[in-house]
Amino acid sequence: MALSREEVEHIAELAKLALTDEEKSLYAEQLSAILDYFRKLQEVDTSDIPPTATVLPIRNVFRPDEPGEPMPRELLLQNAPAQADGCFQVQPVLEE
Amino acid sequence: MAPHEWTIHETLEHLRHGEISAVEVTEAYLTRIEALDPILHAYLTVTPDRALAQAREADERWAAWRRDPATPLPPLNGIPLAIKDVICVQGVRCTCGSRILENFVPPYEATAIARLREAGAVFLGKTNTDEFAMGSSTENSAFGPTRNPWDLERVPGGSSGGSAAAVAADLCAGALGTDTGGSVRQPAALCGVVGLKPTYGRVSRYGLVAYGSSLDQIGPITKDVRDAAILLQWIAGPDPRDATSWPAPVPDYTRALIPDLKGVRVGVPPEYFIPGMQPEVERAVREAIEVLAELGAEVIEVPLPHTAYALPTYYMIAPAEASANLARYDGVKYGLRIQGETIWDTYRLTRGHGFGPEVKRRIMLGTYALSAGYYDAYYLKAQKVRTLIRRDFEQAFEKVDVIVCPTSPTTAFRLGERTSDPLQMYLADIFTITANLAGICGISVPCGFDRHGLPIGLQILGPALGEEKILRVAYAYEQATPWHRRRPPLTAAASPGGPQGPEERSG
Repeated sequence: MALSREEVEHIAELAKLALTDEEKSLYAEQLSAILDYFRKLQEVDTSDIPPTATVLPIRNVFRPDEPGEPMPRELLLQNAPAQADGCFQVQPVLEE
Repeated sequence: MAPHEWTIHETLEHLRHGEISAVEVTEAYLTRIEALDPILHAYLTVTPDRALAQAREADERWAAWRRDPATPLPPLNGIPLAIKDVICVQGVRCTCGSRILENFVPPYEATAIARLREAGAVFLGKTNTDEFAMGSSTENSAFGPTRNPWDLERVPGGSSGGSAAAVAADLCAGALGTDTGGSVRQPAALCGVVGLKPTYGRVSRYGLVAYGSSLDQIGPITKDVRDAAILLQWIAGPDPRDATSWPAPVPDYTRALIPDLKGVRVGVPPEYFIPGMQPEVERAVREAIEVLAELGAEVIEVPLPHTAYALPTYYMIAPAEASANLARYDGVKYGLRIQGETIWDTYRLTRGHGFGPEVKRRIMLGTYALSAGYYDAYYLKAQKVRTLIRRDFEQAFEKVDVIVCPTSPTTAFRLGERTSDPLQMYLADIFTITANLAGICGISVPCGFDRHGLPIGLQILGPALGEEKILRVAYAYEQATPWHRRRPPLTAAASPGGPQGPEERSG
């Protein structure tokens, strides 16, 4: 199946990726080829087959709820592109 | 033999007998890195000062042990290791081969690293990787590819290509890689070294930067099978910080290393010998199977009928998980930020500029597969086929102890040969991704060379928590064959204008 340029732009918006025009054309072509390849999976009868989300035989994992040493704030903030008053600094997220 | 040629267990013997110090061993590797890494580009970051400080501490522990043999001595005291740059070493930048994390310095340490540190290891630096471990050639690194020590015009495999090349070229005693679809085993095969992917959950993923969380595993890349057992010993085991770590005790893996295969049932899946694979690879693997039979193994054909669906299943599930995992790179808490007009523009610009082409391709693919209207047809379908692939292995392991097959359908391909065609690149993983989908363990060991002198890998797969079985078969095979002793014909003199390096190593 071929992905249209609009579909590529929609996916890029969902993934929050700014793409150039060249990238949009390239991904439309390449993703279409890859999705075609995935159609092979439709050959397989999976009507009574449960999905595998994890291979582990364990389900709930419990541990004692013991307080530990928290990471120092300076260490947490050391990689922040911008910080102010001991917090991560970002642009406004709510519009007026 | 020069110190950089020693395996981990040989180095430990030399250190124990006081023939050399940990500082001298570390210096030998640092000298070799300085001479050869400008050609190979196996490392993204080398930390000589930290490594020498760790080596000096190791030497103090050796000295204390010599004064009083009752002093506890850590098991890897003074062994210089290289770490793939997707595993966090506290205080050392961790780029994941990406511009988006170019200056990220982890404020915490991966459990596997903490355990190796506790075991007395020395960390030489961080090795090159495809960006966020997405790739099969290390060409997707934002910082340039690593070259294969056996032929500088060819790829080392990937995504742990830096670690595999560093081990093959003796730029470390051993290394850690990570394996989501074959990224430990395939580069090990292409570089002629040993690579082990443990059972999913056997090694804690805490501090491993997430790619495909239901598939990712940390594993050792080493000069021989005994070294793989030794490294696995100290990184394996349950971890309260990883709820998906397997709550089973860790056996003594070196006890599994016995040089015969009496009573071992070896399965050969016909689906792993496909048209289009390199004839020399098939020949070498078939000859290896004969060696296993001579060592006492019973060889049985076992079908794995859903093998042909593994590649599309993997390339649906892994990108879907990646698209969710990589949502965290938003330019807020760490990493690159490119400021736009609004916070939304900042997200788009940061991610659009910070990620490379393959990472963006997989995020797009995964986002599409998880989006409304397509989830059932793509992602859920792939998860169901994954169940069938798991069942293939469960049924096979009722009849056999291990399964043997090629690690990769070809030997190392040329740099640039597959970069323009993603599907062609994905085919490099065709024999390794099944183990990740099924959550089982696997190891690649050298089993010959093609006419160009490029190494070929034999893959040995075992059931969940079957590490002792694959180590036994790999060890017996290795001890009966000469392949692991051959070394790449590499000299620093090969570098135009480069410094004069150590003697060429012969096999």
